[in-house]
Formats: sequence, structure tokens, C-alpha cells
Amino acid sequence: MELVVLLILIFPLTGFLINGIFGRWTKPLAGVVASAAIVSSFIMALAVASGYNSLPFDHIYYSWISSAGFSVPFGLRIDSLSLTMLLVVTGVSSLVHIYSIGYMHNDEGYSRYFAFLNLFVLSMIILILADNYLLMFVGWEGVGFCSYILIGHWYKNPAPPKAGIKAFVVNRIGDAGFIIGLLFIFTHFGSLNYTAIFNNTSTLSVSLATVITLFLFVGAVGKSAQFPLYVWLPDAMEGPTPVSALIHAATMVTAGVYMVARSHILYSMSPISSEVVASIGALTAFFAATMALTHTDLKRVLAYSTVSQLGYMFIGVGVGAYWAGIFHLMTHAFFKGLLFLAAGSVMHAMDGLLDMRKMGGLIKKMPHTAVVFIIGALAISGIPPLSGFFSKDTILAEALKLNHPIIWFVGVVTAFMTAFYMFRLIFLTFFGKSRVPDEYHPHESPAVMVTPMWILAALSIAGGLVGLETAHGIPMKNFLSSTLGFPPAAVVETNDNLLMIISVLMGIGGIFLAWLMYIAKPSLPAKLANSVKVLYSGCKNLWWVDQIYNFLFVKPLWWVSHNFLWKVVDVKLIDASVDDVGFLSAFTGKTFRLLQNGFINSYVTWASLGVVVMLGWVIYSGGIR
Amino acid sequence: MSISNFPYLSLLLFFPLIGAILLAFIPKKDTLIIKLFTLVWIVIEFLISIPLYFYFNSGTYNMQFVENYSWIKSLNIHFFLGIDGISLFLVLLTTFLMIPAQWSTWEAIDKKVKEFNIALLLLETGMLGVFLALDGFLFYVFWEFELIPMYLLIGIWGGKFRVYATMKFFLYTFAGSVLMLAALMALYFIHGHFTGIYTFNLVELAKTPLPFKWQFWLFLAFFLAFAIKVPIWPFHTWLPWAHVEAPTAGSVLLAGVLLKMGTYGFLRFNLPMFPDMSRLFVPVIVIVGLIGVYYGAWVAMVQPDMKKLVAYSSVSHLGYSMLGMFALNRIGMEGSILQMINHGISTGALFLIVGVIYERMHTRLIGRYSGLAAIMPAYAVMAGIFVFSSIGLPGMNGFIGEILILVGVFKKNIWYGMLLAPAAIFSATYMLVMFRRVFFHKPKPELVELSKQGKLKDLSLREFSYFIPLVLLVFWIGLYPNAFLSKMHTSVNHLISQVHREAPAENISMLTGGKR
Repeated sequence: MELVVLLILIFPLTGFLINGIFGRWTKPLAGVVASAAIVSSFIMALAVASGYNSLPFDHIYYSWISSAGFSVPFGLRIDSLSLTMLLVVTGVSSLVHIYSIGYMHNDEGYSRYFAFLNLFVLSMIILILADNYLLMFVGWEGVGFCSYILIGHWYKNPAPPKAGIKAFVVNRIGDAGFIIGLLFIFTHFGSLNYTAIFNNTSTLSVSLATVITLFLFVGAVGKSAQFPLYVWLPDAMEGPTPVSALIHAATMVTAGVYMVARSHILYSMSPISSEVVASIGALTAFFAATMALTHTDLKRVLAYSTVSQLGYMFIGVGVGAYWAGIFHLMTHAFFKGLLFLAAGSVMHAMDGLLDMRKMGGLIKKMPHTAVVFIIGALAISGIPPLSGFFSKDTILAEALKLNHPIIWFVGVVTAFMTAFYMFRLIFLTFFGKSRVPDEYHPHESPAVMVTPMWILAALSIAGGLVGLETAHGIPMKNFLSSTLGFPPAAVVETNDNLLMIISVLMGIGGIFLAWLMYIAKPSLPAKLANSVKVLYSGCKNLWWVDQIYNFLFVKPLWWVSHNFLWKVVDVKLIDASVDDVGFLSAFTGKTFRLLQNGFINSYVTWASLGVVVMLGWVIYSGGIR
Repeated sequence: MSISNFPYLSLLLFFPLIGAILLAFIPKKDTLIIKLFTLVWIVIEFLISIPLYFYFNSGTYNMQFVENYSWIKSLNIHFFLGIDGISLFLVLLTTFLMIPAQWSTWEAIDKKVKEFNIALLLLETGMLGVFLALDGFLFYVFWEFELIPMYLLIGIWGGKFRVYATMKFFLYTFAGSVLMLAALMALYFIHGHFTGIYTFNLVELAKTPLPFKWQFWLFLAFFLAFAIKVPIWPFHTWLPWAHVEAPTAGSVLLAGVLLKMGTYGFLRFNLPMFPDMSRLFVPVIVIVGLIGVYYGAWVAMVQPDMKKLVAYSSVSHLGYSMLGMFALNRIGMEGSILQMINHGISTGALFLIVGVIYERMHTRLIGRYSGLAAIMPAYAVMAGIFVFSSIGLPGMNGFIGEILILVGVFKKNIWYGMLLAPAAIFSATYMLVMFRRVFFHKPKPELVELSKQGKLKDLSLREFSYFIPLVLLVFWIGLYPNAFLSKMHTSVNHLISQVHREAPAENISMLTGGKR
């Protein structure tokens, strides 16, 4: 077992090293090598899953850091939570790798792309399987680093490297919070190991638990792109689309949700933190959905949609239904991964064009892509029996049952908006009259891209069934509860059938409205935009958040650093006063002479002078006699 | 152990000096032989230093490989060498960094090649002397001795404003050393007065803490001397000048080794000898340390010159080191020592990186470059590795030092730790912005032109090979830091116990007795 688990890490590492070091020579095979590595990892993960009766698995491979009680081993842990994550990550990664072989062919940085895609998977696996917080942080920063590299993959253009920096730096803001949380944990428990922490929570006061969980959550807000640190994710769309599918939708951005679920024992100790998590989740879900409503960039609509869906997951883990959050994480990985891959297929057909205003009627040119896109959109809109319906409905129902009516309401409204913007996208892209400029010749993508999309489409359809009530309860819930525990009993009596009907109606209503506005009466959107101008321009301009951040933080810091700290404090105050200190200014004029001959003399003179002064003072002050 | 009977440290110390003397006999015009001889010589020197790691006994805090000969009898000055878990890695760092430093100059230095290599070898002896000396006077001799070759390196082989920079470097650090000499003398007499033993023996001096009044003044004097060397904010302004004007090898050794003498001085003098004052002084160090960490990062962010940027980043990184040290606990201290090594590796490597492009283009202005990744891919990869090592990406060396320092500082005081943690945001900012501006986007037309003419080539085999050992170290420390930490534990433990001593009661009575 130890070896099998280690192999899950070794395959992607090997793939990274091969393509990273010998990329120049392996280039034609880079995609195959990388995909083989990840598929092998997936097979190993399946092997682990087949023996899941022996879980939890926990093994220390070697002692990584050890200093005066601060000892952090390289230890891996597999339980039902990390196994779920592991299967999702390696499974979706395999599909995205294979898809990339088609999508990235002829790319200049072909082997570099696959090298870092492998390294990303390795980091993500470390993040998931770590048995302590510091090793989790290694994966946490590692995925951020790979994200930085892959966002900036097309580094010859100006925008991608900038977007990469933005992603890395904004993530670091969150990471500072994460590290502080980790420091609090270590000072209290004397360990960062999950088991050691969670078995000793009896010594933890509620207030300290609140402090710890809030700081950890700052990290989650950064990594999982929640308000107010979500700004990097839309810009991250500068990267290749399969990267958006894998990193910025299916896996990396869900790390924050995983971390909160992993720390559920701490979060459930603190009602305040849980409330904060759920509220930020609800706020983000709603806020991001408003920004998706009016966008015309295909990928950015999906990006805001991802931010919004991550908000749902945080509602789940915030209200205490940890398994529901992870359940939605899984289904979201399927359908959002699918949506991005399908969007990539559209881009592939349209030579990188992303403006939906220049699309339309594509269903005739690329039927496979259109159909899987619709499947993904139905899933995210919560239409039964697709997977998104089960997971989203579970989260909302739990929120209401555990007495969060406002959050439930926000979630339901957001569900309506979600269905609307997704089908607005579908209708604009695939239906209606073609607005494609003549120089473009859209065509269906090759099988190497279409097949992974169909697999994900199948999962998007059927993936929710593990959340279906059976005679023995809900399988997904039972499986995860061995790690996450069962959610608390319902506080509020609810009519489950009624709730279900409400969510379904929201989805259908949203789809209907989109149909009305973009197919039946295409003149409607402009009229509507005019009648609610302020709201419309708010949505359209993304509520000016980037501009506000620039004005409040970025610009002032740069200005103060340049014009005050450097030019005034450093040059004028400190350095000039040093130059003015007698001896230096006296000598600067005569430096040359000094260089030639005055050197030894002055040296000795100063040295002896110093000694005399010091000794004089010592004797004068009477300390020695 | 046979190694203990052999004057091993003397061999290590004087081997480069012997090389310098031998170099003098090689004719000036045989530059290739001179370069090759020096390289081989410092590689042998490095090989000589390696057994120290393996024969080092990590179970004791006592000095090891000790050699002690009486030197000036009347003042009880000894030629006293030895290493413990604190100086061990600084010695190894020195012998190691010499190799890439010298190797990088093969094409960059074309005038006075012989003198240059002699200066390098003399510098190595000087630097090693500081870390090996256990007699205060001997320490001082090497402390001053090392200044001369560095002064020459900048003054003769430096850039346009080398004279100004040299004077600033020399007089600034020299002001510090004068103060140190005076303090050393005072320490000699005061310690002798209270204990009856007049000695410069650093181990002996650390055994009996002085009364607080004397700790106070002596601490301040040593503090100033070392603070300038580190440099601690606000004594740092000589550093950007010296770095910008120094030749690449000079910058590498200046940042990699010379600055560590300052931090090492705190570990050898201030903490063990003046424990009460050290504890009292913690808030001061925390304030200037935190200012240094943030200020260095912010000022680095807006630098137009690559070398200045790296120089200010040093102010920031060494601020970390000071904070970890003055957390006065084992975790912080080990983090601090590791940070010294890491800074030597990462910043030394970054100066080599800047040197590579400077040799080709003769400018270090960030604005003059763009898109180098397309023209020099291998170079871009190397630069990226050291940029992220400096940022402190987990898996690389920088992270281990920073996390240990954070834990140590947080243990000392929650607020100090919380103030320090966000600094990592800004180190990422200045490094990545520089990296983007130099390496990404489209290459400037004139760069493309030069590349077509074959004047802007990717890393040569020589350049590539001196980066490789540095890369290996970056990952070795990042993935298995215990190889380094385990050798430090006992010595650091001992130092921490020394810092937490109270001035003994007899001393206080001696103080009153000493007064008339």
C-alpha cells in the first residue's frame, strides 16, 4: 500500500522531469508521456479505492523538517475524503491531459505545457494526501506556482504573464492568512498533524478555534477565489483553455473547500467562523452570478460561474453539511470541466475567438460540442436528473434545514441567474443565426478532444446518482461521513418535495427567460439594459472592483514606494545623512589619492583613534580600577 | 579520529593564501593558466572542507577541530581556530560559493587577471578566518583583512562609479570595525577585571556574563559594527552602491558571504556574551527587522536596476534572519542560520544571473530588456528557479528558512509573527514583476537583432555548469533540510541556553565591589 500510494506521486513527478528536462527531444511525445503518467496515477488511485476497507491509510515516508519540537514529516493520509478528491483529481486530469494532446498540438511550448500540467497534478495530489497542514501548504503553493506558469503559458503576449502575477500575488495574500492560522495551530497543539490536532480539540477554546478557522479561511478565500479575493480568477482565463478546465474550474480552486472540509472539526467548534464561511459563500455566489449575466466573453462567463459555484460549495461546508460541499465539488468538477473543454473546442474551431456576439448557430458546425455543452449547462442549472441538480439541491436544502433561510433564498435566486446566464451563452453561441465573420471556418474538433468531453458529459449526467436516497441512506453521504461525520440534525422542518420543486422551477425559469430574450425576442435585452441602466452598467463593468483595488492598494503602494520610500527616505534622508557624516564627505573628494597611498595610514590612524576614545571612556567612567 | 590531530582548519584557512602566493609566480600573460589554476585550487579547497561535514560531531556543542597556539603572550592572544554547528555551514558556504564566483569571471574579467585571482584567493582566506577564529583579536584581524581584497575587487574591477562606491563601502564598514575594535578592547579589560582572566578567547568570554551596565554599552558597540555589515535598516545604504559597482564575483561573495559575517557576529558576540541586554533589545531588533523586511521589499519593487533590486531584496531577507535570531528560541535561531545559507545561495545565484546578461549587454536596467525567454530559454529557466527560490516557494530552500523563522517569531510573540507573515506577498511581487519585465512579452527589436548576429547567446556550457550545483542545493535544502538542521541542533541549543542566563549574583556584587 505504501508503495502504491507513493506511485501516485511518482508518476506525475517522472512525467514532469522527463518533459521538463528533455522536453526539446521528447516534444512529439510529450503529450503522450504526460497523459500516460496521469492515467497511471489514476489507475493507482483506483487500486487504492478497491482496497478502501483498509482505510484510513496513514504513513510517514520521511522526516522533512525537524527543529525543536517543530517536526513535520512527509506523511500521506488517505481516508474517504481524500480518496474522493484523489479520484476526482486524477480522473479529470487524465481526461484533460488527453484532450490537451489535440488542443495544444503545434504549440511552441508543447512539452513545457505538459511538464507543468504534470507538476500541477503532483502538487494537487500532495495537497490532498498530506497528513499535516504544512505539507498541505506545500501542495497549496505548488498548485499556485503551476497555475502562475500555465496562465502565462503564452508569455509572448503581454496579458498572460500579468494575469499570472496577479493570480500568484492575490493567492499569496490568502496564503499569509493560511500561514497565520497554521502558526496558531502549531503554538496551541505543538503539531500540525491532522490526527494529533483533531484528537485534542478538547483543549481548544471556542475563541481560539474561531481565530484559527478564520485565518485558515482567508487562505481559502484566496485559493478558491471568493469575495473579495476572487479578482484573479477571471484574468486567469488568459491561460490555455484546458488549464482553465483543470486548474481554474475542476481542481485547484476547490482546494479551499477541501481545506475547510478537512478542518471540519475546528470549523464545527466555531459558529462564528461557520457563519462567515457560509455568508461569504452566499455573497460570492450571488455577486459573481451578476457579473456573468452580461459578459460577452465565453470563457469569462464560465469563470464567473466558477466563482459563483464555489460560493455554493462554501455554503455547504459553512452550514455544516460538509459532505454536501464535497459532493457539489465533485459534480462541479465534472460539469464545469466539461463546459470549459467544450468552450475550448469552440475556441479551437474559431481560432481563439471568444466573443459570443460573433458566434451563433454553431450547433450545425459542431454538433458534438454543442450537445455536450448543453448537457453541462443543464447540469449546472440544476435540471434533474443531471448531477448538478442533486448536489445543489442538497446544499440548499441543508442550508434551510439548519436554519439559514436568507442564505437559502440567495442560493435559490442565484440558481435562477445561473440557468439564465448559462442558456444565454448556449443560445448566443450555438443557436440563432450565425454571426460568424467570414474569415472563420468553424469545424468539429478531433476525436482526441471529443472523447474526453463525452466521458465528462456522461459523468455530468450520472455523477449525481451517488447522492440519491436508497434504502441504506445516501451512498455518497455515508461514504464521506466516515471522515466528515454526519451533518447535525435538521433544526427547521421542511417539505423536501416543495424545495425540490422550487429549485427545478428556478432552473427552468432561467432557461425560459434566456430563450425569451435571446431567441424569441432578440430586441428585449437592449430595452431591458436601458431601463435599468445603473444595474446594467454595474454588471457590465464588473462593479469596478479591479479599478477600486488599483486605486486603493496597488497605485498608492507603488507611488509611496517609489516617490517616498526610495527617493526621499532612502536617497535623501538615510543615504545623504551618511554622506554628510564628516569623514565620508571629507574623503570622497580625495578618494583617488587615498586609493593610491593614504590608505594604510588612515586606516591605522582611525583604528587607534577609536581605541583611544573607547579606552579613555572606560577609564574615565571608572569602571576599571 | 586522526583528523583531530592534524591542523586541519589551518590547512583549510591558509590553502587559498598559498594558492595566492603560487599565483604570483605564474607569468601575467598566461591568463588561461591563471584562471584554471585558481579554479582547480578553490575546487580542491572545497573538497578539503567537505570532510568537516562528515566528521562533525553533532552531539556536542563544544568547538571541534580545535587548534590553539599562543600568539601574543603578553596580551594572552591566541591563534585559536574551531567550528561548531553555527559556523560549520558558513565555512562550507564560503568554500562552495567561491567556485561559481570564480568560474563566472572567466570571460567577464579581462584586465589584470592575475591580480584579480590573487585578490579572490586572499578574500577566501579572509572570509574563512572570520568564521574559524575563536580568539577575538584574531577574529578582528580577519574581519579587517577581508575588507582589503573586497575593496580592491570593487575599486579596480568595478563599474563606473566604483570609486565612490568603494569609499562608501570601505569607510562605512570601517567605521563599524573601529567601533568593534574599541569594544573588543573594552571587553578584554572589563572581563578581565571582573573575572581575573584577561583573554580574547571567545568561548571563555561567553562563559561569564558581565554586569548589566557593561553589557549595555558593549552590546551597543558590537551591535553597530555588525548592523552595518548585515546590513540592518537604516545602515544599509552602502549596500546597493557596492553591489551595483562590484564585478559579478564581488557581488556574489559580498551578498553570499560577507553579509553573513554581520549576522554571524551577533551569534558569536552579542547573544552569548551579553544575554541580558540581548533579551532587553528584542523589541528594537523586531522593529528595525520588520521595517527592513517590508522597506527592503517595497523599495526593491520600484528599482529600475536589476542589481539594486537584488541588493534591496537582501535587506529584506536579512531582516528575516535577524528576526528569527532574536526570537531567542531554537526554531527561530535555526531558521535564521538556514536563512543565512539560503540567502547566500539564492542571492548569490541571482547576482550570477544578472552577471550573465550584463556580460552580454552591459546594462542592468530592467527597462532595456523584454522577452528574453524566447531568445535565451535555458537562461530563463535558471533565472526562474532562483527567483522562486528567493520568493520562498515550498520545496525549495527559501521556504524552510522562512517558515522556521515565522514559527520561532510567532512563538516569541503572536503579534510579531502576524506582522511578519504578510511580507511574503511583497517578495513575490518585486521578483515576479522583474522576471516578467525581463523575460516575458515580445523581445525588443534590438535584442532580436543582436540574437541574430549571434551576440546574444543562451547560456554557455561553462555558465550552465556553475549554476547546476546551486540548483541542486536549492532543492536539497528544500526537500531534505534535516541534513543541515541536524548538525545545528546541539550548538543552537547551547547558544539559546546561554542567552537565557541571568547575570550571576557574584557579578553584581563584583560590580558594587568594583566601584569605589
